[in-house]
Amino acid sequence: MLAEKNVTQKEITKRTIVAFLIFFALIAAGIFGWQLLTDQPKDNGALKPLRTILNANENIFKNYVFDSTDLSRKYSSSAVAPRTRVNGDAGMSADFDPAKWKLELVRRPGDTLFISLDEIKALPKTEIIFDFKCIEGWNQITHWGGVKFSDFVKKYNLDEQAKMQYTSLITPDKEYYVGIDNKSILHPQTILCYEMNDKPLPMNQGYPLRLIIPVKYGVKHLKRIGTITFSNTRPRDYWFERGYDYYCGL
Amino acid sequence: MKKIIPKHSLAIRWFHWINFPILAIMIWSGLLIYWANDVYRVGWGDTTILKFFPDSFNKALNIPYRLAEGMSFHFVFMWIFAINGLLYFLYLLFSKEYKLIFPHKKALKESWLVILHDLHLRKGLPPQKKYNAAQRIAYTGVIVMGFGSIITGLAIYKPVQFKTLCYLLGGYEWARIEHFIITILFVLFFLVHVIQVILAGWNNFRAMITGFEVKKIPPPPTTEIFEDENNNDTQPIPTLPVNP
Repeated sequence: MLAEKNVTQKEITKRTIVAFLIFFALIAAGIFGWQLLTDQPKDNGALKPLRTILNANENIFKNYVFDSTDLSRKYSSSAVAPRTRVNGDAGMSADFDPAKWKLELVRRPGDTLFISLDEIKALPKTEIIFDFKCIEGWNQITHWGGVKFSDFVKKYNLDEQAKMQYTSLITPDKEYYVGIDNKSILHPQTILCYEMNDKPLPMNQGYPLRLIIPVKYGVKHLKRIGTITFSNTRPRDYWFERGYDYYCGL
Repeated sequence: MKKIIPKHSLAIRWFHWINFPILAIMIWSGLLIYWANDVYRVGWGDTTILKFFPDSFNKALNIPYRLAEGMSFHFVFMWIFAINGLLYFLYLLFSKEYKLIFPHKKALKESWLVILHDLHLRKGLPPQKKYNAAQRIAYTGVIVMGFGSIITGLAIYKPVQFKTLCYLLGGYEWARIEHFIITILFVLFFLVHVIQVILAGWNNFRAMITGFEVKKIPPPPTTEIFEDENNNDTQPIPTLPVNP
């Protein structure tokens, strides 16, 4: 700590110049550091060092903060927004034929099940009213119905697959795809959804079957599921490749 | 001969100058994020006085279509902002410097007198230590705002994981509004702060870099018989109160 003392003007000038030189050197270092950072190559659309930290954030929140039994807040049906917003139509090609649709469940290479909507509807139904959050920053209370993913796991003997790290969901046209950590896909509020506001899922909301996963941003709620697979490495993810966080956890 | 008086410790200067660019990056990346759902305005009904933000503003700062980039910067630099802020706060507590910054009993009344003085409506200031009452309130205010931005930020970053916090802040939408308002307050603080620093002058600004302020030593009392102005530098000088 500097002491209070009497000094000559010369001494003051000297000290001031030294301090300012250090100050300017630090500013220069800051600018240099910023340029160094912004000149880094990108990893899936995000600057490499930033991507490293985003992945570290995921580890912290996924492993140390988030308890997978933590539920997203539930709402009463009177709170539901009158018109459910539609966001994004990637993977929703116009030439889709719903009559031919079956869910393609790849349990392991060479072991694929084709499941009809009626078979899925025969499973226990779970309804959820929650505050849907878009990564853009808006939110809306919405009402959905479908099959709890964990019930789906039980029905189709996916215990082994559920122990893996990730689940991949892809639209029938392969244009849109998401990867989800299995802790989140097995969350009790995650459903394979076929109903919205007590009515069949509208075409633009992903008929016949979509994902509703309240612990993630809307970008992960893939509409019109074509194929489900499991893996221990991160599956491809549409928005991750475009610079967003992989986890997108709420 | 002049006197140097220590004003800002090295730690304070580090905290201050780290915080400045980091907060700037947080606000800039926040703008990139906010743009994706830029719904806030000042107005009523169909009347809008001020839209956040006008298209010309977004265009001039090259804000549109950079949401992913904004998020990647925001969720990295948030750590530095939070850690630097927390260390600063702990430093204030342990060094007892908080006594010079947190508002004292008469702070509210005195800060009014400071404002009148700064607007040239009143002469003279109430006696003060390092900071006047208005500064105490402003500087404590930004500490509170820092905490507020972290808490509201966490609530919108992980609303399920911090569901209770999010609920206490009035829900997701309100937390986002609060986060935005705090950011506007930071910008307003910055503007007033820079104007005040310019008005306060060189000696005050230099102190945030060198750590010290310079005071002229008053000439020796006139009662002295043998007064020699040219000899001041070598004669022992009686210590006098610095601030008359």
